[in-house]
Amino acid sequence: MAIPAWRGGVIAASFVVALMLTAMPLPTWGVAWRPAWVAMVLIYWAMALPDRVGMFTGFVLGLLVDVIEVNQSAVLGQHALGLGIITYLVVSHHRRLRVFPLGQQAVVIGGLLLGYMALNGAILMAVGQPPNPWRLILPALTSALLWPWLFIILRDLRRRARLS
Amino acid sequence: MKSLFIHPSPSLARLLSLIVGALLIMVMDHQYRQLETLRAVLSVAVYPLQVIVNAPVQAVHSLMSSVATRQALEDENEKLRVQNLLLKSRLQKFSALESENKHLRELLDSSVHLGEKVLVADVLGAQGDVEAAQMTLNKGSQHGVYLGQPLVDAEGVMGQVIHVAPFTSVAMLITHPNHALPVQFNRTGVRAIAVGTGNDAVLELNYVPVTADVRVGDLITTSGLGGRFPAGYPVGEVTKVSRESGSPFAKISAAPSARLGRSQQVLLVWPASGPAAVAGLSESLFYAP
Repeated sequence: MAIPAWRGGVIAASFVVALMLTAMPLPTWGVAWRPAWVAMVLIYWAMALPDRVGMFTGFVLGLLVDVIEVNQSAVLGQHALGLGIITYLVVSHHRRLRVFPLGQQAVVIGGLLLGYMALNGAILMAVGQPPNPWRLILPALTSALLWPWLFIILRDLRRRARLS
Repeated sequence: MKSLFIHPSPSLARLLSLIVGALLIMVMDHQYRQLETLRAVLSVAVYPLQVIVNAPVQAVHSLMSSVATRQALEDENEKLRVQNLLLKSRLQKFSALESENKHLRELLDSSVHLGEKVLVADVLGAQGDVEAAQMTLNKGSQHGVYLGQPLVDAEGVMGQVIHVAPFTSVAMLITHPNHALPVQFNRTGVRAIAVGTGNDAVLELNYVPVTADVRVGDLITTSGLGGRFPAGYPVGEVTKVSRESGSPFAKISAAPSARLGRSQQVLLVWPASGPAAVAGLSESLFYAP
């Protein structure tokens, strides 16, 4: 059964919105709190549709994040690495993640994103730009707190587009 | 037909090739700067998104100016009139000095420095985020922006362009830990290198001998050595001088004079080199006195 193009487009559109939220200007105090939008949306789709959204998607999105998020990425390929690894972990454990209660899912994903941020920090350190640790911890925290809402929104979207 | 129960298990080999690929890209980008084309292509792809998310900010700015009261506008107008008068009078003096300078340099047979050409660029994205000391600008190679181009605001030197895409570019601020800028002290002419510290209010001045005459409050300007930044732009003011016995160089800190991170708009400068730049003379207004 072929899936109409607009339904597959829902996934792409959610990624576009996530990239826009990443590029959105924030007041100075808010920048450090910005959730890792692209990583969160990617985790959702990798969990829900692991045969549609895979490592390659993560890699390409990572390259785009590298260009948009100039303040957190020192070199091209940095977020591509992080998001690729995240997709791998989520896809290989998607059945377990799916049955977690929402709260537990949020904690696990917060931990995953903390690892992603730590990797970013390590790369920044390696090229001689040691980051402020809060700028790595706070995004993971806000992402974990926002996860249940994002999950419900995207699940609703997926069901409406009848993607499974 | 999709199978019901068997989901693909991602292969470890693909993960490894992805990691190797990403590492390769990172090394090529960081060590050899080979990937500017890829970066430019990706920048063009995300440019529409950046424009869209910045549109509300621009809209709020224009809304604010369109609902300003008559009184506020008159006040601002008056203030700008006074400022304009002041700047004009300074410019008169300045152009007299400039022509005198030019004559003297001609007498000395040395190269003639004339005004630079400038272009105003808007800062896209996370304004005020100076901690990482990079920012995206809405002008790119289509507007003539080039790699290493200096960036100033009304108060002083801000940084330089490190990546150029067709419609956008990324600039590194002078406070970036990887940035170094050749400077000199305005009062004494002693030369130094201003290195960023990652803190947006502090520059470190290296290679100044302990015996050099440096005081707190001294103005530092670009020296023009290195050929990237035009000479004479203000960089900052000395805030701390400490001379330790046993060390050949003094430890000097300075505060940047540019409003790093608070500027919505910045000026891209094309340094004058040769007679082609004569047309830009009127733009010398942007020299902060």
